Amino acid sequence: MSEDKNTNNEDTQWPLWEVFTQPRDGKPHEHAGSVHAPDAEMALENARDVYARRKEAVNIWVVPSDQIVASKGEDAGPFFDPADDKPYRHPQFYSVPRATKRRK
Amino acid sequence: MSKVSKAQEFQERIDNGETIEPKDWMPERYQKQLIRMMSQHAHSEVVGMLPEGNWITRAPSLRRKMILLSKVQDEAGHGLYLYSATETLGASRQEVIDDLLNGRAKYSSIFNYPTLSWADVAVIGWLVDGAAIINQTMLARSSYGPYSRAMVRICKEESFHKKQGYEMVAQMADGTPEQQEMIQDAVDRWWWPTLMMFGPHDEDSPNSAELIKWGVKSKTNDELRQSFVDRHVQEAHTVGLEIPDPELEYNEDTGHWEFGEIDWDEFWNVVRGNGPMNKERMKARREAHENGKWVREAAEEYARKKKLSKEKAS
Repeated sequence: MSEDKNTNNEDTQWPLWEVFTQPRDGKPHEHAGSVHAPDAEMALENARDVYARRKEAVNIWVVPSDQIVASKGEDAGPFFDPADDKPYRHPQFYSVPRATKRRK
Repeated sequence: MSKVSKAQEFQERIDNGETIEPKDWMPERYQKQLIRMMSQHAHSEVVGMLPEGNWITRAPSLRRKMILLSKVQDEAGHGLYLYSATETLGASRQEVIDDLLNGRAKYSSIFNYPTLSWADVAVIGWLVDGAAIINQTMLARSSYGPYSRAMVRICKEESFHKKQGYEMVAQMADGTPEQQEMIQDAVDRWWWPTLMMFGPHDEDSPNSAELIKWGVKSKTNDELRQSFVDRHVQEAHTVGLEIPDPELEYNEDTGHWEFGEIDWDEFWNVVRGNGPMNKERMKARREAHENGKWVREAAEEYARKKKLSKEKAS
């Protein structure tokens, strides 16, 4: 992962890494931004310096940007369509006897 | 789908307050304007380290030195958040930095003024960062997702910058006669350039209408400038400092402070590169880039050797 990808000519900017930070134990990792670094370890260190100067994270992931495969924004509708015709996946789909419903 | 309807659809999304993400379709001009605006913002954060960095070695106490170091480090971080957000629009880091170093891209005109005394560090925190917060709080609601998220992050840190500045301003304004004179002198020199940070009058601002239509901005230059004046005049008076504007007057009816006319000739002159520090700032940036080359090379070599020794071990 050193000088193969994303680098151009002699004034290299190094490969791009996407940074995901976990704000607290038990919380999911969230995308924070990106950094340039020649390898994963330095990407982690750069990510800490850039995105966690105030203890914003208890854990950081760095992922080479070109390894991320994403769905297309403009296809959002059709791509997620199949979810629409399965209302039975939701609890609201089912009716229960009234007496049960009223009980709180 | 035809291009017209795509543009209409895009405008509808903006009008509905939806956020535009990097992979979404967007008009070419929206993308271009954002690259221009965001990279200019990134450059400003980085160039902004120079006037204050100038005073790190001469801070009056260890406490002030730590604060200033930390603030200047934040500015570097802000530059990086913004470069990273600009890259999501398909601009390469190297391209946008080359544009700055070649003088094709601009940075905030405020950083072309010199920092003559320690009081300037205080006033920059209070006025310049105070102006930045007003602008950036608005941009945190920008229609482009990565830009708005970077702004949320920056605003959180920027309030530390403003507060440490205002604390120092208040202390000096309450200090010895020499300190009071120093701080008033700094306010006198920075007040008008700070008002210029919001850009030209609305009617002379070529990009404003478009940026507002696209939800990148939600307030005009003049609106932002007015809220800055209202807030900072009050803060100046609280600590007994004068605003260097004989026309400054409170309007009971509108609840706003009315202020004199900005020297627009000076503004355009600085924007065109003829400010007191334009050449020095650009020289310092080019030298930093050139002198930092060995660090980039060393990091790369270190990564290469680490990879080699790992391969040998396995």
